[in-house]
Amino acid sequence: MDTETLAKKIRRHAVRMTSLGGSSHIASVLSMTDILAVLYGHVLRLDPKNPKWEDRDRFILSKGHSGAGVYAALAERGFFPVSQLDTHCQNGSRLSGHVSHKDVPGVELSTGSLGHGLSVAAGMALAGKLAGKTHRVFTVLSDGECDEGSNWEAILFAPHHKLDNLVAVIDYNKIQSLTSISDTLELEPFVDKWRSFGWSVLELDGHDHKKMVEVFSKLPFAKDKPSCVIAHTTKGKGVSFMENSVLWHYRTAKGAEFDDAMKELDKA
Amino acid sequence: MRNEFIKRLEALTEKDPRLLFITGDLGFGVIENLAKRFPKQYLNVGVAEQNMIGVATGLALEGRIAVAYSIGNFPTLRCLEQIRNDAAYHGANVKVVCVGGGFSYGSLGFSHHATEDLSILRALPGLTVVAPGDLWEAGEATEAVIRAQGTCYLRLDKSSAGWTNRPGEKFELGRARLLREGNDATIIAAGGILAVALSGAEKLAAQGIQCRVLSMHTIKPLDTEAILGACRETGGIVTLEEHVVEGGLGGAVAETCLEEENRPKFFHRMGLRGGFATIVGNQDYLREKHSMDEKSLVAKVADLVARGRERRPQSLATSR
Repeated sequence: MDTETLAKKIRRHAVRMTSLGGSSHIASVLSMTDILAVLYGHVLRLDPKNPKWEDRDRFILSKGHSGAGVYAALAERGFFPVSQLDTHCQNGSRLSGHVSHKDVPGVELSTGSLGHGLSVAAGMALAGKLAGKTHRVFTVLSDGECDEGSNWEAILFAPHHKLDNLVAVIDYNKIQSLTSISDTLELEPFVDKWRSFGWSVLELDGHDHKKMVEVFSKLPFAKDKPSCVIAHTTKGKGVSFMENSVLWHYRTAKGAEFDDAMKELDKA
Repeated sequence: MRNEFIKRLEALTEKDPRLLFITGDLGFGVIENLAKRFPKQYLNVGVAEQNMIGVATGLALEGRIAVAYSIGNFPTLRCLEQIRNDAAYHGANVKVVCVGGGFSYGSLGFSHHATEDLSILRALPGLTVVAPGDLWEAGEATEAVIRAQGTCYLRLDKSSAGWTNRPGEKFELGRARLLREGNDATIIAAGGILAVALSGAEKLAAQGIQCRVLSMHTIKPLDTEAILGACRETGGIVTLEEHVVEGGLGGAVAETCLEEENRPKFFHRMGLRGGFATIVGNQDYLREKHSMDEKSLVAKVADLVARGRERRPQSLATSR
């Protein structure tokens, strides 16, 4: 399956899953769907038949609230049946709104509270280095998540330990929970911050598959440095009325809104 | 205790390449030898406890046994959510070690008083919580938590009861140690304050009051059998911990007794009451100031035993 097709499927699944489950964060999922599609469809070395394959690339979703997207990507890659996706956020389901690893093949780490994923990813990357392994550890963070001080502890740590097997991707859609990033807690100059901490940083359009494939093929961007991809994205990407709207951080598409969203995604 | 911990850790590090010692930039004068001997099994993450536990979890999920070390509340309360979400939820082999339980760093002020850690850590699902009472227990507990599966908390104290082990004695997590036999009361202690329990029991014996003394080094999982035995066979229970009385050792013992409908004839939690310790001083001074020293213990137990001898409470008599 090509990454564009995978992205389309993830978007459709995520809108349906959050609608059925009455859950929030659909715009956050749509924002990073193309990143997920490129990673799960092209970049990550994985074996769906052997989720614990020792030499697999590790993927940690630090912005755990976009779990629906990861579940959809994993199901489409064959880690578990696609039919399970419809249990998302419903009574008795293992597919929680924030991503969970319990009985979900392919999920490395349960998250949900922001500011946890990068440290754990750094620990995994360090373990890989110490063991002389060549697999990579990827983590996707949200921009709002970069308010968390724990991230900056990890951002200091990774370059110090020359973790060039670690890749942090920032889903930089510039909107957080209540309002914009710049109105809440300015991150700019964002690239400079990461760079000054010792990371090798590249910026790209987080919806441009071709560009992402090209950039991820260059990993690590610099020897002995962890890599950071600042992906400029549009929150709610793919559903016009969700795009760049704070409302859809929490709102669930129901009824006509759901139908309209699915129609748009079908046409895309 | 710290020295016993490091000594045992070094011996284990030499044998087990999975072990990795992580410090949050603390341990001056203690950890240098380990760092020098095993540079590939030593990591100073800097003054960053949240990252320390996250990194430790990442390492543990990749098959390492990560020992995360700091003092006082830094490796626990500062990064509580990392212990809960990262380590405990994933059952990761992260061993959180605090040096300076209770008032070990008494003179440094309230920020360095680790007096709520046991109750808070005990509430986390899947955690093993250990507070050794003597030097032998400190070494044995170090090895036991490292060998145990999952996330553990080891609380080490500046004070200790010295060496109370018997020849050939085996240490077991979750199994209290009977250090003195007696039927008038049972004193259950956790942590270095065990020394006060033992010396207090000595003084009480001189007054004709024979106390059973249990070292409850493991707060979780708790040795309920030893507690229920104390309820049945002795006059009552006094728990002793350098910790707030809410929810720690005393709370755990009380829960056990009530749920098992096996209430002791008298029960008292001896520990920190009435808020933060705002006046500083050494460990002995603060124990005295907060009525958890030998004198307070002896007076309390003597009073409870005397009252118990005078009257047998109706409610308890009928419940048997």
